[in-house]
Amino acid sequence: MSHMSNFFEKSDVSRKEAESIISDTLQKCDDGELYLENSKSESILLDDNKIKNSSYNSDLGFGFRAISDEVVAYSHSNEISKNSLKQSSENLKSTLKSVKGTYNHEIPKSNKKYYDNINPIEQKSLNEKIKILNDVNDYLRSKGDKVKQVTANFLGEQKSVEIIRSGGETLSDVRPLVRFNVSVMVEKDGRKETGVYGVGGRQSYDSYLKDENWKSVCDEALRIASVNLESKPAPAGEMKVVLGPGWPAILIHEAVGHGLEGDFNRKKTSAFHNLMGQKVASEGVTIIDDGTIDNRRGSLTIDDEGTPTEKTVLIENGILKNFMQDRLNARLMKTRSTGSGRRENYRHIVLPRMRNTMMLSGKQTQEEMIKSVDKGIFAVSFGGGQVDITSGKFVFNCTEAYEIVNGKIGSPIKGATLIGDGPSILKEVSMVGNDMMMDPGIGTCGKAGQGVPVGVAQPSILIDKMTVGGTKL
Amino acid sequence: MVKDQEFLEKKASYCLSLAKKLGATDSSIIVKNSISETVNFRNKKLDESNRSDDLGLSITTYIGKKKSSISSSNLLNDNLNILIEKCIETTKNTPEDEFNSLPDRDLFAKEVKDLNLYDETHIENNQKIDYLKKLEAAASSDKKIVNTESSFTQNKSNFVLANSEGFCDGYKTSSFTASSVTVAKDEKSMERDYEYSSKCFLKDLDDADELGNLAANQTIRKLSPKKIGSEKIAIIFDKRIAKGVLSTFASAISSSAISRGTSFLKDKVNQKIFSDKINVFDKPDMLKGLGSRNFDSEGVKTDTLKLVDQGILKHYLIDTYNGKKLNLKSNGRCGGTSNLYFENGNISFKDLLNSNSKSLYITETIGHGSNIVTGDYSVGATGFLIEKGEFKYPINEITIAGNFKDMFQNITLANDLEFKYATNSPTMLIEGMVVAGK
Repeated sequence: MSHMSNFFEKSDVSRKEAESIISDTLQKCDDGELYLENSKSESILLDDNKIKNSSYNSDLGFGFRAISDEVVAYSHSNEISKNSLKQSSENLKSTLKSVKGTYNHEIPKSNKKYYDNINPIEQKSLNEKIKILNDVNDYLRSKGDKVKQVTANFLGEQKSVEIIRSGGETLSDVRPLVRFNVSVMVEKDGRKETGVYGVGGRQSYDSYLKDENWKSVCDEALRIASVNLESKPAPAGEMKVVLGPGWPAILIHEAVGHGLEGDFNRKKTSAFHNLMGQKVASEGVTIIDDGTIDNRRGSLTIDDEGTPTEKTVLIENGILKNFMQDRLNARLMKTRSTGSGRRENYRHIVLPRMRNTMMLSGKQTQEEMIKSVDKGIFAVSFGGGQVDITSGKFVFNCTEAYEIVNGKIGSPIKGATLIGDGPSILKEVSMVGNDMMMDPGIGTCGKAGQGVPVGVAQPSILIDKMTVGGTKL
Repeated sequence: MVKDQEFLEKKASYCLSLAKKLGATDSSIIVKNSISETVNFRNKKLDESNRSDDLGLSITTYIGKKKSSISSSNLLNDNLNILIEKCIETTKNTPEDEFNSLPDRDLFAKEVKDLNLYDETHIENNQKIDYLKKLEAAASSDKKIVNTESSFTQNKSNFVLANSEGFCDGYKTSSFTASSVTVAKDEKSMERDYEYSSKCFLKDLDDADELGNLAANQTIRKLSPKKIGSEKIAIIFDKRIAKGVLSTFASAISSSAISRGTSFLKDKVNQKIFSDKINVFDKPDMLKGLGSRNFDSEGVKTDTLKLVDQGILKHYLIDTYNGKKLNLKSNGRCGGTSNLYFENGNISFKDLLNSNSKSLYITETIGHGSNIVTGDYSVGATGFLIEKGEFKYPINEITIAGNFKDMFQNITLANDLEFKYATNSPTMLIEGMVVAGK
């Protein structure tokens, strides 16, 4: 059995007493739990030739939740004490005055684990991390005078969570997470451009950086920056767009992922809420949200309500099959949780969220797609994206893209925003590539002020019509 | 109740003396407590209540020119002992940086004025519920409104900032925030919009009816939008979007971006970056101001700065570290701007709408399309087509693009400035931007 945080060891409240406060508070509720969290995280940053920052954070706290019908009462504190638990309990009871629900105890069980119980921060010494950051700086600056600025950082975390339900049922998980990022700015003839790349996931730093693999991260950041030095203004208007494999799948995340989260559909504020069982994408398009891939950034052994995660089919061969659900929205929509209940930390309520969102491979090649385009763009890498759930409109920002002229890849173009309509964009997908790839493990998704780590994957795809937000008419 | 000054000061001094005992040559600490109580409504019914009590500290220790920091929400002395020891160990192992230091002694704030930032009033959840009932009734009075989500939050905070140079000060602040997000639907479309009010004092908060009506009207007018063609066109930014242009300006003149060489405004002090009529102020001592403060996050005094004078950039936003690097004195902007605003222009909102025969009025942008290295700007947008000064029809699924260097030179401001956020702008017209649509 793995070593767990003992949340009650240094507290004036025993586990038994806590359990009885929980059971007493939740007895007539429909759902709820006490969520305990202990996290340790570090950040080491090299910038402008120096170690700018080395910091360590230790966070401890609980969130107490009670649900009656549609109403959620939540209270959190970073003091795990009898007084604080009782105060939270009173606060919950005062919101839910006349409860008469049926407490739903059932949480499915699973023995599967998708990452090891490690503390990545302790697995590599501070001096080793500082050495790599300095090596990164030297390596990139040795690549020529055009390199004007280098930023590199390590982010590591170990988060222990425990969920105690009415009756004392307890579920727990220890989650490692690391990220290594490099950003480089180059200058030529007075023009400045940046390139950013990173790697990460739920393993030790060394799993991503061994055999001087950090050099390939540097090379990729520098390559993107250098390509952008040669870029010309992007076109403006509707045209064909070929997306490369991997990270560009944030298109899927923004365009359809958010719109398929249970809460927006229960509240009927998603553009997808009345499209279940209908055709929402071209034939050949299958999209899943999978929390069960070993060591991926978006994977979870259990979600933040204790439900084991799973591989959820969202769209199968163009037909909308499932939404992503937490327990609250699943109960109200008379279905089951898909293990998608997540929160940033104990300060926040649970929401249905994505894990690793993936479009599966088809049969075509990227070459065929590019050949078929007379005028359009080929987008290889992206910054971030955003969606308006209700109108369905979404955007994402290219950080590496090229024009396509008469079936051939042309000059690189400046970063531009692409905009489209979520419910219709997947019907514009006319080719699906055979080259599905996962992203490098750097994504964070924001919703209602909460950021959670996620992954994306897709093959190359051809979209027949999208608006490109350049400046060249 | 939020923790009082005495409690926070005691924790701060415990940590500072422990750091000194363990070998720190200097140290600084912030201890903060924040208590928020929120009630959310959805479709005229109670949806969620949320109480949060956050107590935390963050300490930075120096050994000569070496520096490291830790933060924690676990304030038990047992835990603090372990963490500060760890912080000192890390400091020892972190390379020196010649610019690391506490602020110069003569720059610390000496007097702390009462800026009227704390309201004792406590609003109980049932009073919040009454406000939200009224708000939601107003917001959902039109049949086209199919969903409403509204929220009321009371926040009370207290903090102490202290360092080994003897600076030790802090004060309480409060905020009361109400917001309403509405969804409207017709045969062709479903649209969402919002309205919001946030004040230091409860009695200054917008009226519930007014807030609900505004949210609903702003949503309904977006129904059945059209997509327009790609063209060069004059853009008018609603105040809530125009303030974003000012925020981008602030990030581009932050001393960190300047000293790292990653800003399109590097080396532009005393140069004309805006058109003649543009003046920008950052005023920290505004009474009840949402961005008001007595000193910055290093304890340095903050004076009002006229950042832009008749189009000419006058100051960067300087903190101690980057100031030392640039050989400039801190002007108390560690942590950013306070109450930042464009001074009013001299034409009315109506005249601004009339200044072109055709323009686009933008009420919402999406995406992270501002690049402060190059000044390039490209975002998704929603708004209205304006012809001959009249709102013609709603527009969506377009992008607007340009470069801030050009955009700044082509700004005309209306005379309708109000202090609704910490950063504020009058309605803004920018000529010569490119819209991408059909």
